[in-house]
Amino acid sequence: MASNSSGGGSDRQRTAQQRLSIIAGHLQRPVDGNPAILAEECKAQESKPDASSEERRVPRRRQEIMKWNGWGYSDSRFLFNKKGQAEFTGKRYRLSGMIIPGLKDWMEGTFGASLQHKAPATPILNSNAIQPPNLHEAFVEELKSTGIPFSHDAEDRVFRAHGHCLHEIFALREGKFGRVPDMVVWPNCHNDVVKIVELACKHNVCLIPYGGGTSVSSALECPHEETRSIVSLDTSQMNRILWIDEKNLTVHVEAGIVGQDLERLLNESGYCTGHEPDSMEFSSLGGWVATRASGMKKNIYGNIEDLVVHIKMVTPRGVIEKSCMGPRMSTGPDVHHFIMGSEGTLGVVTEVTMKIRPMPEYQKYGSVVFPNFEQGVACLREVARQRCAPASIRLMDNEQFKFGHALKPQVSSIFTSFLDGLKKLYITKFKGFDPNRLCVATLLFEGDREKVLQHEKQVYDIAAKFGGLAAGEDNGQRGYMLTFVIAYLRDLGMDYYVIGESFETSVPWDRVLDICRNVKARIVRECKEKGVQFPPLSTCRVTQTYDAGACVYFYFAFNYRGLSDPVHVYEQVEHAAREEILANGGSLSHHHGVGKLRKEWMRDTISNVGMGMLKSVKDYVDPNNIFGNRNLL
Amino acid sequence: MTGTYRDSGRVGRPAEEEDFVDILEERRRSSDLGHAFRTFNPQPYKGAPPSSIAELNKAVLESQYLRYVAKEIAMETGSSEENVRKEAGAILEEMSQNLQLGFIRLMGYTLTKVFKRLFRSIYVNMEGLNMLQQAVQESPVILMPNHRSYLDFLIISYVLFTYDIPVPVIAAGIPLAGMKIVGEILRRSGAFFIRRAIGSDKLYWAVLSEYVRTIVRKGFAPVEFYVEGLRSRTLKSLTPKLGMMHMVLEPFFKGEVFDITLVPISISYDRVLEESLLAHELLGVPKPRESTKGLLKASSVLQEDYGCMHVSFGRPLSVRQLCEGKMNRCQYNLIPRDLPQKPTAEAQACVSWLAHLMVRIQEEGFLISPWSLMACVMLQTPTRGLTEEGLLWHQLTEKTLWLRKLALGFGARLNWPGDVPDSDVMSSTLTLHRSIVQRKAGRVYLVQEEKPVRKHPIGPEEGVMRTAAAVLMLASYRNQSMHVFVRPAMLATAILITKSTQRDELLTFFSFLQNVFSTEFIFIPGSSSQDFEEACFLLKKCGAVRISQQEVTVSDGGLEVLEFLQKLLQPFIDSYQLIFRFLCKEGVHVFTEKQLLPAVRSLATKLILSGELQTYEALSSDTQKNVLSALRRLEALTKSRASEQNEYNVNKAVVRRTGDILCGKIPPQMLQATPDARL
Ligand SMILES: Cc1cc2nc3c(=O)[nH]c(=O)nc-3n(C[C@H](O)[C@H](O)[C@H](O)COP(=O)(O)OP(=O)(O)OC[C@H]3O[C@@H](n4cnc5c(N)ncnc54)[C@H](O)[C@@H]3O)c2cc1C
Repeated sequence: MASNSSGGGSDRQRTAQQRLSIIAGHLQRPVDGNPAILAEECKAQESKPDASSEERRVPRRRQEIMKWNGWGYSDSRFLFNKKGQAEFTGKRYRLSGMIIPGLKDWMEGTFGASLQHKAPATPILNSNAIQPPNLHEAFVEELKSTGIPFSHDAEDRVFRAHGHCLHEIFALREGKFGRVPDMVVWPNCHNDVVKIVELACKHNVCLIPYGGGTSVSSALECPHEETRSIVSLDTSQMNRILWIDEKNLTVHVEAGIVGQDLERLLNESGYCTGHEPDSMEFSSLGGWVATRASGMKKNIYGNIEDLVVHIKMVTPRGVIEKSCMGPRMSTGPDVHHFIMGSEGTLGVVTEVTMKIRPMPEYQKYGSVVFPNFEQGVACLREVARQRCAPASIRLMDNEQFKFGHALKPQVSSIFTSFLDGLKKLYITKFKGFDPNRLCVATLLFEGDREKVLQHEKQVYDIAAKFGGLAAGEDNGQRGYMLTFVIAYLRDLGMDYYVIGESFETSVPWDRVLDICRNVKARIVRECKEKGVQFPPLSTCRVTQTYDAGACVYFYFAFNYRGLSDPVHVYEQVEHAAREEILANGGSLSHHHGVGKLRKEWMRDTISNVGMGMLKSVKDYVDPNNIFGNRNLL
Repeated sequence: MTGTYRDSGRVGRPAEEEDFVDILEERRRSSDLGHAFRTFNPQPYKGAPPSSIAELNKAVLESQYLRYVAKEIAMETGSSEENVRKEAGAILEEMSQNLQLGFIRLMGYTLTKVFKRLFRSIYVNMEGLNMLQQAVQESPVILMPNHRSYLDFLIISYVLFTYDIPVPVIAAGIPLAGMKIVGEILRRSGAFFIRRAIGSDKLYWAVLSEYVRTIVRKGFAPVEFYVEGLRSRTLKSLTPKLGMMHMVLEPFFKGEVFDITLVPISISYDRVLEESLLAHELLGVPKPRESTKGLLKASSVLQEDYGCMHVSFGRPLSVRQLCEGKMNRCQYNLIPRDLPQKPTAEAQACVSWLAHLMVRIQEEGFLISPWSLMACVMLQTPTRGLTEEGLLWHQLTEKTLWLRKLALGFGARLNWPGDVPDSDVMSSTLTLHRSIVQRKAGRVYLVQEEKPVRKHPIGPEEGVMRTAAAVLMLASYRNQSMHVFVRPAMLATAILITKSTQRDELLTFFSFLQNVFSTEFIFIPGSSSQDFEEACFLLKKCGAVRISQQEVTVSDGGLEVLEFLQKLLQPFIDSYQLIFRFLCKEGVHVFTEKQLLPAVRSLATKLILSGELQTYEALSSDTQKNVLSALRRLEALTKSRASEQNEYNVNKAVVRRTGDILCGKIPPQMLQATPDARL
């Protein structure tokens, strides 16, 4: 991004104007067009898709570009090549096409995994193994007459039957399918959704909204006790930016848009939302609202609840929305907060107005190495105290530091490691850092250049007080780049008998160290007790800082050779780990949500009365449980 | 879930099969100095970096907790925060240990000399030590020995030093600190000192608890403390004290450490150094001058033979595992952890349960000597029979051997040498305890203190006291094995008193007995039904009863066991009844403990002289205090609030009713059927 900040207001406005026209081109309609009209016309657009919007769209047939039984794009995956070296295929990512020499050793050393012991996934989706759809004929008939596209093709249905929990992916790899939706419907706009919901109510059909399918809380799983016809309402085709308001810096977007498209489109006009969950390639705006998502750069831009200005949701009772876009209101409890986190139990979020910001002029990565995790946490705490957190600051524990190291690709200018050369000497010899204790924080600064540099200095000065040494931009950048490929790694692990997952919590500052230690230790102990034959990987990172606490992520994986029911063992251990989190003052979830996976703890989490309040909202809004995914309550 | 600790595989296993090693043997063969200067290089706790004593104390004084309490106290008293914190510093100084390896060596050297003179052997179980060595590396460890003699104070440190395990810091009473040089030596050997009766001294509590918690949190060193609080004067386990227990557990409850390991340690003596002193303390009479001087003059004590000592390290127990399902740690989520917080009822119950459990495990780990079994047998004979007629030696032998079998069946760990003829074991036991019993012409007599050289002949009351001292000594040794018999004995008593065969009625009476005697013996709260089942199982196992779904019936020949067991309990029942009787007398309404004890004592003396009261144990201040706490539990006594000096009001109806149930006048059908119900 060019740094012509000196140009003053008019200059900037001109650039923005240009960007806007580009966007307008993409959108194929005037930016100041009446959104209502726009929505009415949504069918017409469907029939004549333009090239550029086609390019960014998630196709209805996800199978065209995505894996049916693993993470992400079909063309991108980790594998061990003939020479036994790990390699990342495809062209999409920076790591694509590269060899990762250290990964094999790391996997063997960490998990006791071996290239000789492979656990390959079922190669193709066998449609015969899927139960035939339970269609509600009258509903189907009436839906047909609306012209809204739908399908009861087995592949389409399987794709919408799961999120990305370990047990979900594991079952797919084994070619096992539980209850899947009976059909998939693709509304194209708000009004389509209104019609679908009306029909569902009329015929008592169960609806499950589907955004990007990245849920990690069993939220998308079809309840087995559901006997009605289940319709997955896929929002992916509702993916337009309807308008941008430069005066108020807001954007009005259809809720099915996925994160990367939203950011890319906004960037083209010089803006961003700054909302970047690690899943942003695939997760959708509606999904974020429905789960109360959190993005990596929340320190500057805020979490989804800070970003949202207006929400439109279609419920069995009708449409809920506020009458104006005042930036804050005192009008009783904020009804947005019934919608945010509702996890698809109340209705479908169709359109959202969000805050936008001019794209940052300057971005800079950074990293700091600390002698140990305790010092690192103390530093993050101090950064939070001084309220000077960069756009992102993450602290990895020693195991993750090593892991990051193992993922270093063979040749690349940006991929020099700080353990190389002089720095290696400096850290391990001169400073006496113990390579088995040190840990690393990665940083991302954003803003105008001068402020970034100033800010950077402030943060590094604080870090120095806690024994932290600046360890270079490359390490920071690599760290953030890896966030998008890490999800692919789980599939590689599963190819070699290693299963794992991450889970998160939020916790007051004074408990961060305790919770990290205790949960990690609990995982190790539980694995041992449950008969896991190899020591598990049990690691954590602090990924967000707040005034009063932090968000902590745990990663847990193990080699399951020798276990007859590895998923069950996995689930028991994760369950125990969650109990441990709660016993240590951690929350049930910072941003992944509750879904069905963590439902059992809801009552203890929000009290009886709290449950009653939520329940009464559900009973009023959706008395017949049309939105019957049974999350949360 | 008392079952968890029982699978240690030791119940019922003869002691010889275990890997007890005599640590004095090596000392007798090699140089004491060599031992003192051995390389001491233990594997420390891995969970936290080591910290110095200065760092430890600083962390305590600068803790948010102490700062908060100091502020509160300053507000309440109007003194400056600065001053309060200074005061806290002074308290810490008085309290804190100053563990130094040099002093451990000195202590090691001295103790080697002392132990070699006093004891034939000191046996330590290697299996337990090995487990401990592992455990200290993984979690903060709490060492929980019982306390029967001042000699145990440093024994654990001595053993750990010998086996290259980190030596503990030890909670000790202030009186020890009072002995100037000794106090300082102990301090440098790891002792930290706690005032007695801290009561309402808020600052003191704060400093102490933060001190203990910090040690545990940092894994500074293993913490050793007596969960019984005091040295037991009766050689019986004492109801555990919960304050210290709570302090050491809190870091786990609050998630500050992943786990804490509790190691119950059972120390058993063949012969206790302070035996006579203890008996006299219980009687509230001064020890005859001769022996006091003797105790002071180490030389004379060192001449005596105290047999063997057994130090048995129990299996390390994970607090995390024990507390599972008993303790919801989320209760600490809503108040900052380093602010004072009153423990919830749940936390208190959990701490109490754990503390009782530890004492029970200590009990199960004791090694029971032949002498303790002999004491059980001898106390079945009327006292006069022991002092005047004497007990036939062969009868004593026979009955003791019979009891040995019973005890083994009940799962006791016996310290009965297998390679020596039983008669020799009996004889040498008698020799070891010649201060209490003597054999003359095939009969065994209780030894009474020598008459002091005095002009006046002694009066009858004084005679009672002299006999009482000997009886109480004997009773103490009996107490060493009471924990083995108490549950079956209560069932036996229930059977014989109620004459019922109905399980539910027997359970009701059994629970009643437990309730009455729960200060006297250790029962894990809430385990009444399990205890009852255990008692049934044991009596069935030894063939005394038959058990069906509904009934417990005495089997042919079972009466001998039942009567023996009931008689074991009889002195307790008689003593309680005596005090009940006293309290129901006219004129007694409100009294203080100070008034009660002598009054009861003089009544008991009178009744003993008249032959109406069989047991001398009613004279023991320990028994009397236990009755008071039983009656308070039963709400027969209430403390009047206004008074400073523990004034009680008596509810005579309740006392009378309790006595009536105890002697079988009120049948169990009339009691509530639920096991742990109040009366
Ligand atoms: C690799 C990976 C990384 C992740 N990183 C993050 C992260 O950094 N931050 C974060 O917050 N989360 C993260 N997640 C979790 C997940 O991406 C979020 O929960 C996301 O918000 C889900 O969005 P989605 O569009 O994929 O929703 P889906 O998975 O399709 O659905 C999730 C839930 O929302 C409901 N729902 C979806 N769309 C709508 C709608 N329009 N109206 C009403 N209900 C709807 C569904 O019914 C379901 O209950 C991550 C997940 C993965 C697998």
